[in-house]
Parts: sequence; structure tokens; C-alpha cells
Amino acid sequence: MKSLLLPYEITREAEMAEPLNYNHRSRLMNTEGVYKAEISSITQLTEMEKLFHIRILDAAERQRFTFLPGQFVMVEVPGYGEVPISISGSASNRGFLELCIRRAGMVTSVLHRAKTGSRVGLRGPFGTSFPVAMMRDHHVLLIAGGLGLAPLRSAILHVTENRSDFRNVHILYGTKTPDQLLFDYQYEQWRRVDGVNLSIIVEEGGDGWTGEVGLVTKLLDRIPMEPDRTYAIVCGPPVMFKFVCNKLGELGIPMRRMFVSLERRMHCGMGKCCRCNIGSTFTCKDGPVFDYWTAINLKEAI
Amino acid sequence: MLYKTLRKEAFRSVVEAILAGSEGVGPRRVGTDRRGKPIHQFLPAERFEDMDFSYDTTEFSAKTYFLPFREKLSTYRFTDGDWEQEIRYRAEPRALIGLHACDINALLRLDKVFARDWYPSPYYLSRRRNTFILGIDHDPCEGAFCRALGTDTVTHGFDLFLTDIGESYFAAVGSDRGLALIEGFGAQPITDEDSHRYVAERKRIAALTENGLNLNNLPNLLDIEFKSPIWAKWGAKCLSCGTCAMVCPTCYCHGVYERISMDFREGAKIRQLHSCTLVDFAVVAGGHNFRPTPESRLKYRYYHQHRGFVEQHEEPKCVGCNRCGRACLAGITPVEVIRELQEEVGP
Repeated sequence: MKSLLLPYEITREAEMAEPLNYNHRSRLMNTEGVYKAEISSITQLTEMEKLFHIRILDAAERQRFTFLPGQFVMVEVPGYGEVPISISGSASNRGFLELCIRRAGMVTSVLHRAKTGSRVGLRGPFGTSFPVAMMRDHHVLLIAGGLGLAPLRSAILHVTENRSDFRNVHILYGTKTPDQLLFDYQYEQWRRVDGVNLSIIVEEGGDGWTGEVGLVTKLLDRIPMEPDRTYAIVCGPPVMFKFVCNKLGELGIPMRRMFVSLERRMHCGMGKCCRCNIGSTFTCKDGPVFDYWTAINLKEAI
Repeated sequence: MLYKTLRKEAFRSVVEAILAGSEGVGPRRVGTDRRGKPIHQFLPAERFEDMDFSYDTTEFSAKTYFLPFREKLSTYRFTDGDWEQEIRYRAEPRALIGLHACDINALLRLDKVFARDWYPSPYYLSRRRNTFILGIDHDPCEGAFCRALGTDTVTHGFDLFLTDIGESYFAAVGSDRGLALIEGFGAQPITDEDSHRYVAERKRIAALTENGLNLNNLPNLLDIEFKSPIWAKWGAKCLSCGTCAMVCPTCYCHGVYERISMDFREGAKIRQLHSCTLVDFAVVAGGHNFRPTPESRLKYRYYHQHRGFVEQHEEPKCVGCNRCGRACLAGITPVEVIRELQEEVGP
């Protein structure tokens, strides 16, 4: 039976574990300049998306650059512009950043034309992160739709790399068609991690698809739930949040243990330009990761 | 805060001393409106006579001297697939002379965002710290609602602030450079009589400023009335031109753009002020617009001013100067919108 009041752990240890003040190092960050970086590798994921490995050139800067799963960087192509891109790679990888980028606007089109070895600028990391420290010793549901796997992959990698910190791990991923599935070459690797369950579903299977067909919510029914001990992270298009989170709510997961990652136009990443304003706050500073209770209370967030 | 009195005759000398030492900016009369009232702007001034300190308000705020409409953040020089980035934010000393309390309060709001929040902006800080501010008290201007926001008085954020108490000025001294300046012109310690005169003068001005508007509970109302037909009514009038944000002393929304020279050798990163009422404000790559209607954008302007900023910084962003109301081509005034939200007049 789940209780109405969940305890908030107000202990020094819990406070220390929570990276609340992570961004306070912002005073020391040189946000006017960009880290000069090199595209060290490009992988074509689908027709629209490519995975870029980006290496900060200066060894000392590269060592200083750390991030938490769920944060984003501003990628700059000098002369063209800057775009916010969430980090898809593992936070433990200090060698290069993995950015999964869809060809959507001007800057991303330029990036898609770039060759291995091209140089780009980087600023960041910015924003809030997935609550991986709070998720310790809990069951974890990682749910993505479409391009939502790009930010969620940093959480997936954290969970698979630190498997012993978590209880049951379920990864659910859905897209419209099979050819839109991102990182399809890595599913087998994730599945083989002890105690990690991966389910894939597509809306329109078509010829040759032997897997599940339907919406990602369909997969939730099959998962044995212990809602009092579960955290969920949901990444995907805006339309997906309401359906998935309502479903999770029906299954008994409290709203403050569901996390969503939102997306808005951004020009600065630092809470200055106001372009990513939702409700009473900014996606770049108090987001992109919000707990669901906060998100539904921000006007027109979801 | 240290208080002094300054003889009225000394004011001219104080201003001239400022102008002799740095670039000066003050209220200058630039024309006459249809009703025959003078129009003023904060513009560079070389002589005391250039400025008109009896001005009511200015069309544009003094924001432009801290957040210029367009500013080069950095430049790039390209060579062989590589680049050199040059960042400059050094500002020359400048003096703003004759600012009213609302405009100094507006700078305090901007300080919260650009100087005291996360990621302080060196571009802003450099200008702010290199600007000497001499403020003056004044009789209220038409249509302003500064009293409702408590911005008709100011307690910090300036170097000197002068209130007319008859034969002399009651001077609030906000910095050592302000003190050094007026000490050179015979500033005196305040007497009990000076304080009484100051209190009486403030009471007189406060009574004139009072317009019955009360913003109590406005943040909650903005949430509760989020779907109110009021927004459709005012949204239908809004031309989405962005004039309100341009004249606003606290609107700081901007975009960052990059330009590249014709020979591909140089590029520049440019910050340009934007407005939340402009149509492309929230358009993301791929074309989706999170705020497609004038109604939704106008609503968010009020929501940020009186709700979002309150949540972040414990006070509204608006300082009640009514520049947006005066400049609006469609006749949208904040006092009317707020009164309708408070259901004091029907939509």
C-alpha cells in the first residue's frame, strides 16, 4: 500500500548527494568564450540524425569540463550561430562528448555537412540534470520517444555503468517507424547488462518489422511496479509527456519522482535571453529537466 | 547611507565637474509632441545647458547605456579551418545625469539578472561599474504607476540622488566617488530641519503619485486568469511590433546572432534586443512556434513582468514608468490591463 506522505530525506548526506548547487560554479565559468573543439567522429544514425563525437582541443580544458546526465551544451559554428544540444554520452567519458543532432535548422544543417576534423565551439554545460543521485537504490524506468533518446541515453549509460546502485531497470523506447530508431546498434549491448530490460515499440511497423507495434504506454502495463520505490525519467516530444506521465500516475508513481526533459528555443543558455521562458522560469536554468509536478505547474510547459 | 545637503547654486558646478571628467548623458529636449508637450531623450551632453532637468519622462529609458540595442559580444578571425576569438567588454567611464527613481530601480532589476544571478555578464558589469549615476527626485509624470510598485523612491544603485528641499538639495550619497564630488562643492552635514523638509517634500510627491492602483496579489491573479477573455481582447489589439519592450527600462529579452564577412575571413557574434511580443520569439528549429498568437505573447509579457520575475527575484520586473503604455501604437496600457485583471472594470 502506498502512503500519501513520502518522507523527504533532510540529511546532510542527501543534500551533498543532490547536485543542487552544481551551477554555482557558473561564477567561475568563462561563458563569453567558447571551448575550441574538434569533431573527432561522425556516425550516421538515421536519415535525419547523426552522432558527433566532439573533443575539446585543449587538454586542460578537456579535464575541467565535466557534466551531469541530462545537461546540455551550446554548440557554436562560428559565423553561423549557436544551438542548444543535450549531451547523449556518458558523464564518465572525459575524452569526448557525444552529441546526437537532428538536421532541423540552419546551424544543425551546417553541422550535418561538416566533416570529421572540423572545428566547432562549445559552451557549457548548462541546466539541471537527471536525479541520478536520488535514484540510488530505487527501481528505474527510463522512457523515451523519438529524439528523446538523445538526452535519455546519458541516463541509460549512467545506469548501466553503475548498475549496482539501482534496483530493476526498464528502458522503454518508441518511435513512429522502425527507420527512426536511434542507436539501434546498441540495444543488444544494453539488453545484455544484468537486470536491464529494454523494450522497443513502433507506431507503424511495416514490412519486415517483427517487434511490438503501438504506443510506448502499452509497454508500461507489462512492467511489475513497486511505485513507492520507483523513479521515472521521460524524454520525448511534448505530446508524449501527458500520456506517459498520466499513465505512470495511475500506476502510483508520485509526480515528484517523474522527471521530464523539455525543449525550447535558446540563445544564451544562462537565463538571460528569456527565449526559453516557460511559465515563471527558464528552461535553460531551472530546466531542461523538471520534475513532473513542477512542469505541470509551469504554464503551457506541457 | 550617508546624507548631505548641497546648495542649489552648486548643482551646476557639480554637473560641470562630471562633464569635465567623463562622457555625460542626460535628459535632452528633442522635440514637441502633438499636444505641445516637450519630448525628451537620454542623450550625450557636453554642456550643462544641453540638458533639461525639469523633464517629465523620456521616450526611451536609459537601458540602452547598459544593454545597447545591438552589441558585438565577440569577433572571429578565420584561417585554414581554424579561428581566433576576440572578446571585448571594456567600457569607458560615463556619467548618467538626472535619472529618476524609476530608472535607477530599473537598473537594480537588471543587476539582479546580469550581475547578481548565475552567470554574471561581464559586458553588463563593465558598463554598470563604469557609469556614474546622479539621480534627481521629481513630481510624478502622467500615467505612471510607480507608487504601486514602490519605485517612486530609491535607496541604492546610484552615486548621488538629489531631492529639492527649498534652498538646497537633500543628497543621498551612494558611493565614495559621489561623496568626493559633492564635498568639493561645499556639501554640509544634514540638520534636523533638513530631514523634516525632506520628509515633507517626499510626502508631497507621494500624494501626487497616488493613483489608487494596488498590485497586491497580482501574481496569483495572473495564474488564475490565465485563460481569461481579457487576453483575447487585448491580444486582438496587439500589433506584435515590440515597441513596448524597446522603450521598457527593464526588458532584456534578446537574441544572439552571428554574422560573417563577404570574404569569409571574419565573423561576429552579436547580441540584439528582442521582444517577447515579436512573432518569432519562441519558434524552434523545424518551425514549431510555442507562442503562435499575439494573445499568447502579450500575455507572457505581463506574466514575466508581474509573475515570473516575482518568483525568481521577489519583486515585479515592472517599475511602473508607463513608457510602454505611452509608446504603444495600439493603445494598450498596463494600468488598464491590470485593472481589468483585478475585475475593477469589465472586459
